[in-house]
Amino acid sequence: MAVKRRDYSLTGPEGKRAMEKGLVSAEWYTCPIPRARLKALMKRKNGPAIRDTLIWFGALLASGYLAYLSWGTWWAVPAFALYGILYATPADSRWHECGHGTAFRTPWMNEVLYQIASFMAIRSATPWRWSHSRHHTDTIIVGRDPEIVAERPPIWRIIGMELFHLYGGPREIVRFVLHCIGKVDAEEKEYIPVSEYKKTFREARIYLLIMIGVVAACVYAGSVLPAMFIILPSFYGFFIVLLFGMTQHLGLKEDVLDHRLNSRTIYMNPVLRFLYWNMNYHVEHHMFPMVPYHALPKLHEEIKADCPAANPGLWSALKEVFGALRKQKEDPAYALIRPLPSTARPYWFDSSAAKPDGGANVTA
Amino acid sequence: MTAEDWIEACAAADIDDEDVIRFDHGDRTFAIYRNAKNQYFATDGFCTHERVHLANGLVMGNLIECPKHNGRFDITTGEAKRAPACEKLNTYPVKVEAGKVYIRID
Repeated sequence: MAVKRRDYSLTGPEGKRAMEKGLVSAEWYTCPIPRARLKALMKRKNGPAIRDTLIWFGALLASGYLAYLSWGTWWAVPAFALYGILYATPADSRWHECGHGTAFRTPWMNEVLYQIASFMAIRSATPWRWSHSRHHTDTIIVGRDPEIVAERPPIWRIIGMELFHLYGGPREIVRFVLHCIGKVDAEEKEYIPVSEYKKTFREARIYLLIMIGVVAACVYAGSVLPAMFIILPSFYGFFIVLLFGMTQHLGLKEDVLDHRLNSRTIYMNPVLRFLYWNMNYHVEHHMFPMVPYHALPKLHEEIKADCPAANPGLWSALKEVFGALRKQKEDPAYALIRPLPSTARPYWFDSSAAKPDGGANVTA
Repeated sequence: MTAEDWIEACAAADIDDEDVIRFDHGDRTFAIYRNAKNQYFATDGFCTHERVHLANGLVMGNLIECPKHNGRFDITTGEAKRAPACEKLNTYPVKVEAGKVYIRID
């Protein structure tokens, strides 16, 4: 029997249904935390992000040099795999944090790194800023959130293609081309204000010029090597980005107003947390997006008594995700609901019911 | 302006240094700010991007950052300073007398 699939597009009927159910631009559950403590956690600094950016670019240069030396030998495979992971994975997390404006205290530093990371992640800077705002407004609300990684039931072919960004990447390049000729597609019109179109078009033209420049360098060199350093790493280095991204929300509830139900926090080692800039603390990030990445571990300590237990590691989270996706193949309504500790307020399943009394920040 | 035009919002000491609190009056909601120079300001309480209380946000200098999407406004003028905030916030005159903060709502 064919399993019914919901329409995840922003232009279909689900958006209207979400509005009718009170799920659009709604008030979300937040864990209680004293205002004074939250204020301390929200404080911005330049130091951690400057340090991490220097380490990142240093690692890129070092691994890039190794990859260059290895070209023409079988050592090029692991060398470029390392370079690709170091290129694509931090590009995604730096795009994310700088898009929020929370990586650095100084605004221009956020903006510069945002623009660089956006290009490296093959994401148009302005459209994705607005897409991500919508994702935070209506997180995993079907018909409203443009950043739901996998539909239900999952389309395994797309997930497989995304290991090397072969689904999302070409779609984004098609959008660059559309933006170059002054067009915005129907989905993007749902979340990008008209006042931002000019910036969108300008960015696309710059990105495409850079891409054409890289292709020209390849033709001149008679080799694909220049593209192996710029553009292609966004594809061949993408698989860790996908694996990280899949753990954020997949297998959990859709259409709820409690991030504890639709987001996942995972413990990770310092190397993975450097690549991911602490986005493994995903419940914390969605509940309090004004807390910068470097303070998320402390925020986790503050609210963990009100949240389900974090997954002990990436492998545990991925097993959980793939197990849920397999179940959703037969039963798209299936969602994993993790038990809460006895110290936690109840989950807010029903948005029409009163919110559990977590509410806004408690005044100290 | 008469005395009746000014509404008592809170005690000055209720607002920490470089912080914000929420003040509700009737069916309207406002955000009252105190910056690092001990100056007080007031704006509409909801972000103009989405209906989110700015009082849960972060004050940095003379900017308020919305807690939901990190949009920013200048608390002295209401100007939107960072996307996704695009529309200006309404601002309201504020005075502090005898340790109390008053706001004038038009």
